[in-house]
Amino acid sequence: MSSNWPWATLALLGAYHGLSPGMGWLFAVALGLQEKSGRAVVRALFPIALGHAVSVGLAVALVAAGKASIPDGVLSWATAIVLVGFGVWKLVRPRHPRWVGMRVTAKDLVVWSFLMATAHGAGLMLLPVFMLGEDNPMPCHGAGCHAAAGLSLTTPSGYLAAISLHTMAMLVASAAVALIVYYKVGLSILRRAWFDLDRIWAGALILAGVLALVL
Amino acid sequence: MPFRPDPTFYPSPRMAMDAPRERLAYVAAPCPNAVLGKPGAQHDGLAVVDLDPRSPTYSQITSLVEVPHLGDELHHSGWNACSAALCPYAPHPHVERRYLMLPSLRSSRIYVFDTKPDPKNPRLARTIEAKEISERSGYSRPHTLHCGPDAIYVSALGAPDGNGPGGIFLLDCESFDVLGRWELDRGPQHLHYDFWWHLGHDTLLTSEWGTPKMIEDGVIPELLLGKKYGHKLHVWDLRRRRHVQELDIGDEHQMALELRPAHDPTKAYGFMSVVVSVADLSASVWLWHRDGDKWAIRKVITIPAEPAAADDLPPLLKGFGAVPPLVTDINLSLDDKFLYVSCWGTGELRQYDVSDPFNPKHVGSVHIGGITRRTPHPRAKGEVRGGPQMVEVSRDGRRIYFTNGLYTTWDEQFYPEGMKGWMVKIDADPNGGMKMDPDFWVEFGERRSHQIRLEGGDASSDSFCFP
Repeated sequence: MSSNWPWATLALLGAYHGLSPGMGWLFAVALGLQEKSGRAVVRALFPIALGHAVSVGLAVALVAAGKASIPDGVLSWATAIVLVGFGVWKLVRPRHPRWVGMRVTAKDLVVWSFLMATAHGAGLMLLPVFMLGEDNPMPCHGAGCHAAAGLSLTTPSGYLAAISLHTMAMLVASAAVALIVYYKVGLSILRRAWFDLDRIWAGALILAGVLALVL
Repeated sequence: MPFRPDPTFYPSPRMAMDAPRERLAYVAAPCPNAVLGKPGAQHDGLAVVDLDPRSPTYSQITSLVEVPHLGDELHHSGWNACSAALCPYAPHPHVERRYLMLPSLRSSRIYVFDTKPDPKNPRLARTIEAKEISERSGYSRPHTLHCGPDAIYVSALGAPDGNGPGGIFLLDCESFDVLGRWELDRGPQHLHYDFWWHLGHDTLLTSEWGTPKMIEDGVIPELLLGKKYGHKLHVWDLRRRRHVQELDIGDEHQMALELRPAHDPTKAYGFMSVVVSVADLSASVWLWHRDGDKWAIRKVITIPAEPAAADDLPPLLKGFGAVPPLVTDINLSLDDKFLYVSCWGTGELRQYDVSDPFNPKHVGSVHIGGITRRTPHPRAKGEVRGGPQMVEVSRDGRRIYFTNGLYTTWDEQFYPEGMKGWMVKIDADPNGGMKMDPDFWVEFGERRSHQIRLEGGDASSDSFCFP
């Protein structure tokens, strides 16, 4: 049966990742303030999204390889163990990569974003969606279907569509927050609203691991 | 670990200026007797001074925590974490400004005080031994400490044998483990003293005093007149840990000490103070700034020596017939508008308007102590010895605090009758000008008083990644 829940989940997780200051919108705001330019904010977001996509792509490639070579039962166990273990480790040792500075090129931003997304397990968090939603092609309604419609999540083009959808949602969410903070609310929001997303993130990883196993 | 960022972290220096008023000061209080081999040696301590004017113990030392060894010479201090934790490329704002780190300039230990359970009664939480520092970094005599975006950075004057080179090593901001030496390529840099950075420009700066052997027994006149003390500013690539440029101000200028970069991270300039010119005993403040693709430096403030009778001078200065200002510390308000300059020799604290950093304007002065002036304080009993030395500015820039002790063996040379530690407060007008608070006078007894840290941060403890 076709359902759009895996695609909606991928998009929601993309938006969630985009909202996290540690994934890049805060960096974009800082670079905009440094250059006194809203355009600099937007300019920084694309390489940040690309780095995120590459990290997610790496995790998806791993699960695709796993699906091709490891029996499903073993794979879901392995995924669950990795996710729960990683989540617990992030809870116990909430460290970040500490690399780069404020004078960055687009390439630096791609690498930085890749490192941050990988170290936080951004791609890992998506794995249960790929494992549980493999029989759900992207829904298509009406005549205006885009090219990705009807794609199965288990095909290479389906993986690509999924990563693109996740990254697009991440980019839109991070751009929205970055521009609102830059133009409207200002940095005082950091002092009021920057609760520890890392612990929620770690919880999400553990939850994803449990879902991979029980569903 | 808190769920919200530490409320004492501020994204920008402007926001830090709106912080609540400081209530406590933590002051390093070394005892000179153990160092000098005199009777009555006491342990160095961390003194807590009440700064809340509504409190019955206002302007008093309310507690003093001793360290377990003798003769450490507690000197500067710094926090384990501060506003730099908000830097966007390494954000980790859910650590706490909780541990006050006190490097010991003579023993090379670093004492870690926990201020959290009871800020008025900090407790010694850990001692980082000199051996751990030397084994992991090759350095000793830790001096200045800054909480960076990725670690605690500590400058050190030299190697365990008392020679150079000095440099910087890193500490983990939660475990306090020594992570190792910072420099990957030091280029021509050998002498070391202060350091700070322009986080917005990925640039670190270091200054020069002398190796431990050049300073531990006091000023060595032959080295001073032979122009052997430091006179250079070094510019480093903070990201790549490499020496980039050396700015030599000329060897008539001896002891290039304190570095105060603009707090606004978009700005690329700052001030360096120089203790003495061997040509005329004047002191000076220099401005470093960007000049095209390079960095440049120029003298922007000169403070002349004051004539004095030889009989009134300590042996070291008798031949000169003048009192050098001896600029031993400077501090820049968080809005980058006012620079405070300690003239430890002449007993003056000067205030400069540095809104135009290339053209500082002298807008305020207070006098207290001094080698020959001996300007009194209304509440001091007996003669006031020493002069304005370690100066700290409140976050809002309205209150300036300073102490009188420099470094035991140097104190003895310039104030040979000895000195007792004290701390005073200045009220600063936001439009320029300042005056001594006649009611604020803190005495430290036989101990001396050195660097002041204000609870929750001050104008020399935090650095910012957002303008």
